[in-house]
Amino acid sequence: MNEHIVKSYEDELNALTAECARMGGLTEAQVADALEAVVKRDQQLAGQVVVRDKRLDELETEIERKAIRMIALRQPLANDLRRTVAAMKIANNLERVGDLAKNIAKRSLVLIEAEPMTPLNRSIERMGRLVSSRLKEVLDAYTSNDVDRAVAVWSRDDEVDEHYNSLFRELLTYMMGDPRTITACAHLLFVAKNLERIGDHATNIAEIIHYEITGQEMISERPKTDSLRP
Amino acid sequence: MNFRLGRLSKSAMTRQRDDALAHEAPTAEVDRAPAGGAAKVKARDVNVFYGDKQALFDVSLDVPEKAVTALIGPSGCGKSTFLRCINRMNDTIPGCRVEGSITLDSQDINDKAVDPVLLRARVGMVFQKPNPFPKTIFENVAYGPRIHGIASSKSELEGLVESSLKRAGLWNEVADRLHQPGTSLSGGQQQRLVIARAIAVSPEVILMDEPCSALDPIATARIEELIDELRSQYCIVIVTHSMAQAARVSQKTGFFHMGKLVEAGPTDEIFTNPRDTRTQDYITGRFG
Repeated sequence: MNEHIVKSYEDELNALTAECARMGGLTEAQVADALEAVVKRDQQLAGQVVVRDKRLDELETEIERKAIRMIALRQPLANDLRRTVAAMKIANNLERVGDLAKNIAKRSLVLIEAEPMTPLNRSIERMGRLVSSRLKEVLDAYTSNDVDRAVAVWSRDDEVDEHYNSLFRELLTYMMGDPRTITACAHLLFVAKNLERIGDHATNIAEIIHYEITGQEMISERPKTDSLRP
Repeated sequence: MNFRLGRLSKSAMTRQRDDALAHEAPTAEVDRAPAGGAAKVKARDVNVFYGDKQALFDVSLDVPEKAVTALIGPSGCGKSTFLRCINRMNDTIPGCRVEGSITLDSQDINDKAVDPVLLRARVGMVFQKPNPFPKTIFENVAYGPRIHGIASSKSELEGLVESSLKRAGLWNEVADRLHQPGTSLSGGQQQRLVIARAIAVSPEVILMDEPCSALDPIATARIEELIDELRSQYCIVIVTHSMAQAARVSQKTGFFHMGKLVEAGPTDEIFTNPRDTRTQDYITGRFG
């Protein structure tokens, strides 16, 4: 790709993408820490996740402000326009992921008070790892401008759904077996749901990257597993 | 994601339009999906030479009627040369040779039987610098109808001048001073006067060569609003250096580079997702 004739424009566009990538890194860390807080029952870590979420909100505002400024002052067109809009939309998705991570961290504080349920924890951990790796993959695709990698993330969304569905069944079994576990299980169910939503945001980001790079929408139907019956 | 639905139905529409127009004579690869109505002007393999120097290379482009087509490209890319082919203005340049075919309603405009003066009444032109005649505002507009014998009486001529000035959005500003010199108007008003003069002879096509480059933003907005209104009746071709203007006023955009038409298509596609990297580099301000 040729460089812009106006160098400051080139610099601003690069700065926008870089900031978005940085926000991505921070979001990844938030998800990983929130998950660890649940699995390791780490109260302190959970508290840190909750506090650090503010930074993501600020970054989103900052990226949005920069993108709007870019549209107003530089009138980006074609791939530059797609890049600007993509940064804004990705920041928006990352901010939502941050909120979900914060919510997981908050629930971990409640879960710490209940008896540990090791097998369930392992399932949550497996699902969390999968979601984290998808988020990492899609953010790597963003920073390396790799549309194939983004498409790969997009087309594997059903794995997360499968994990969620099986966790849902597992939690039901626990709750039916011992009603005293219902509070903890309900919280774990929300944790799983939040993880599933984070996976959806990763998919959204993959779609945004595809549009940013190719100018085309992804139109084919995404694979979907939706058997919620226990 | 709302914008996805919008984009999807849009591209579906474009596809339908492609299908509907598929029976039309095929244009070169570079000109896709005619925006707007059926082609009013069709250029096929147009080559233009100024002496030994070739200025245009095999340009094939459909210009839709009742739509605005913008021609963009760096200086010296041939967009003005192409514009001037459409009303045979290049005839006036010694040593200029035009090859290939340009048809207006399927009539070859370079045919020997076509009188260039009559052609220019059908294909009007507006230039970069407003060029009112050194006459009164009234006479500027009345001149064309008079030499072409369009009005048969004085009252008819007066009616024609009034309606032309009204369509050019200038009437309210000049109604009480029709007999003052055209040159006494401001730049933006002069440009609208020239447009009124062009439309007074009921042209079918209006060519505009950077009509706003000498105007301030307000006068530019007036002209753009006028262009948008005129498009319901005329086929308009505009050459502009302002990417934003091309994006604002046109439905179809053609990008010229080094005498070749690189890419032409619906304006929204050219500015959001051009197919050729040369188009992309140009409209985004990169080194080509």
